Amino acid sequence: MAVRFVSSNIISSLGFSTEENFQNLLHGKAGIQTINDPLLYPAPFLAACIHQAELEERWIETNQKEVASTRLEKMLILSITEALSKTKIDISSSRTAILLSTTKGNIDLLNLIESIDPERLLLWKLGEFIGHYFGNPNPVRVVTNACISGVLAINTAAMMLKGERFDHIIVVGGDLVTRFVVSGFMSFLSLSETPCKPFDRDRDGLSLGEAAGTLILEKTSFPEQGDILFSGGATANDANHISGPSRTAEGSVIAIQNALNESGIAAQDIDHINAHGTATRYNDDMESIAIQRLGLSELPVNSFKGSWGHTLGAAGIIETAALIESMKADTILPTVGFNMPGTTENLIVTKKPLSKPLHTCLKLASGFGGCNAALVLNKK
Amino acid sequence: MTPQITAFCHIKKNQVFLNGKRIFSTGPEVDMREFVKAAFRNTGTKYPKFFKMDDYSKLGFLAAEVLMKEVGESTIEAKSTGIVFSNRHSTLTTDQLFQDSIQSDDAFFPSPSVFVYTLPNIMAGEIAIRHHFTGENAFFVSSAFDPDWHTFYINQLFESKKISACLSGWVEMDDQSLEAFVYFVEKRKNQQNESMQHTVEELNNLYKINDK
Repeated sequence: MAVRFVSSNIISSLGFSTEENFQNLLHGKAGIQTINDPLLYPAPFLAACIHQAELEERWIETNQKEVASTRLEKMLILSITEALSKTKIDISSSRTAILLSTTKGNIDLLNLIESIDPERLLLWKLGEFIGHYFGNPNPVRVVTNACISGVLAINTAAMMLKGERFDHIIVVGGDLVTRFVVSGFMSFLSLSETPCKPFDRDRDGLSLGEAAGTLILEKTSFPEQGDILFSGGATANDANHISGPSRTAEGSVIAIQNALNESGIAAQDIDHINAHGTATRYNDDMESIAIQRLGLSELPVNSFKGSWGHTLGAAGIIETAALIESMKADTILPTVGFNMPGTTENLIVTKKPLSKPLHTCLKLASGFGGCNAALVLNKK
Repeated sequence: MTPQITAFCHIKKNQVFLNGKRIFSTGPEVDMREFVKAAFRNTGTKYPKFFKMDDYSKLGFLAAEVLMKEVGESTIEAKSTGIVFSNRHSTLTTDQLFQDSIQSDDAFFPSPSVFVYTLPNIMAGEIAIRHHFTGENAFFVSSAFDPDWHTFYINQLFESKKISACLSGWVEMDDQSLEAFVYFVEKRKNQQNESMQHTVEELNNLYKINDK
């Protein structure tokens, strides 16, 4: 039995479909801009936001049921709808489940919004709302584990497919750029004053972004040539610090090793790593140490945070969706914002698109609370 | 071989229970947050960082402390011990606290030491540091404690050999009340027949054991 990725969607500052986003990543576009909105933050700041007018336009087109929804709910519903439209999967089947990844969900509902049930501030209520919208009969599982939520949700989906109950899992994730999140990261002094520069010598912090993404996973006994398969996944904790990564990259190394163990693939068979690459000094140094410790320093590494910003609960999903397209096209995407190397251990960071046969790729994520996740993808 | 529950702890209504027996309580007049601090002092553990945590992390940390004194850390493999929790309100009480500090531009004082606790897995991070658990982590949100999901998820982690033990349970808090049901589950070679299996039925029983 294998688990394959059958469809995806990405809604971000760089477009409303996986294809549009992939083309923009390929051409080195960045969605990070100066935002001047006193409701979001008292001073101007940088973030990669979704085009509001286009979101509303698409929403009116799609939402035939005329359900009053929050901005995040619109993004999630549009994302699932588009990913689903490319398949014949029945979302109302009891053999299909939805898994939601988010860090803060409808956190903007801490201030009441007219015609929206304030209970949808609760993440399970948000999940339930999405499930009801699509008439799905199963409980919507909600994963909320800081910035590894997306990768963890994909790993969880694969685990659910190994059980007996489901044939398809729809993994959807999303987070917004809100006053709550912007103020929080500002207070941590972790936002860059320029668009973020992953793995660069002069990097000085992250840029926030907002996005929703969907990946549809399917159980199959007969994977076909060219299918991208879930091969292995794991998480681990640094057990070191709640808001800073480990100096030895302990948790990340364990997560990668366990993911490789599950996949039965040796470290030297990996072709490319899509890192977390937030562009904070500590995160990127930590990842360089993890990659070096596993003897993978010769592999091309990239990060999409310079294009999309850090999209929190969506990050693992949209970055994996882009990595899957990258594998199909045998093309490694550029790292926008990277110019000069400057991490503790040397890395080969891709500045420009790079053609290379991609059979096996590694996706990394790390987050507050000392959590780390790894995911191994394999092309049949 | 089904993994086995080797100890469990309930905290609710100003009482702490270990393996179903009450080991600490205060009168109902004591504020629930003060009760958690008093119960922690009662464990005898000196850990000043505890008092800097948010109320939600304090609750989970306390339950883990009570439980791990019973389990005995020398008997487990900390490197492959996971932490899997769930709850209903995520970190809503701390979210509200942070929101109050940014609500208006005139009184705008966001604090990183509050913001960091607006993620529920920070509690798992605090426990991981204290007990050196570097295994799998996951945090789920559901409307109520779901033994079906916990047993499925954790037993699969054992099955795939990603963990040798796991701290798991339900740690829930809102403005009005708090509740923790935390248990330790292990897969050992010399398992005893009479011990508690990590099954839906057993977990349901244990969860409700102090309801009477």
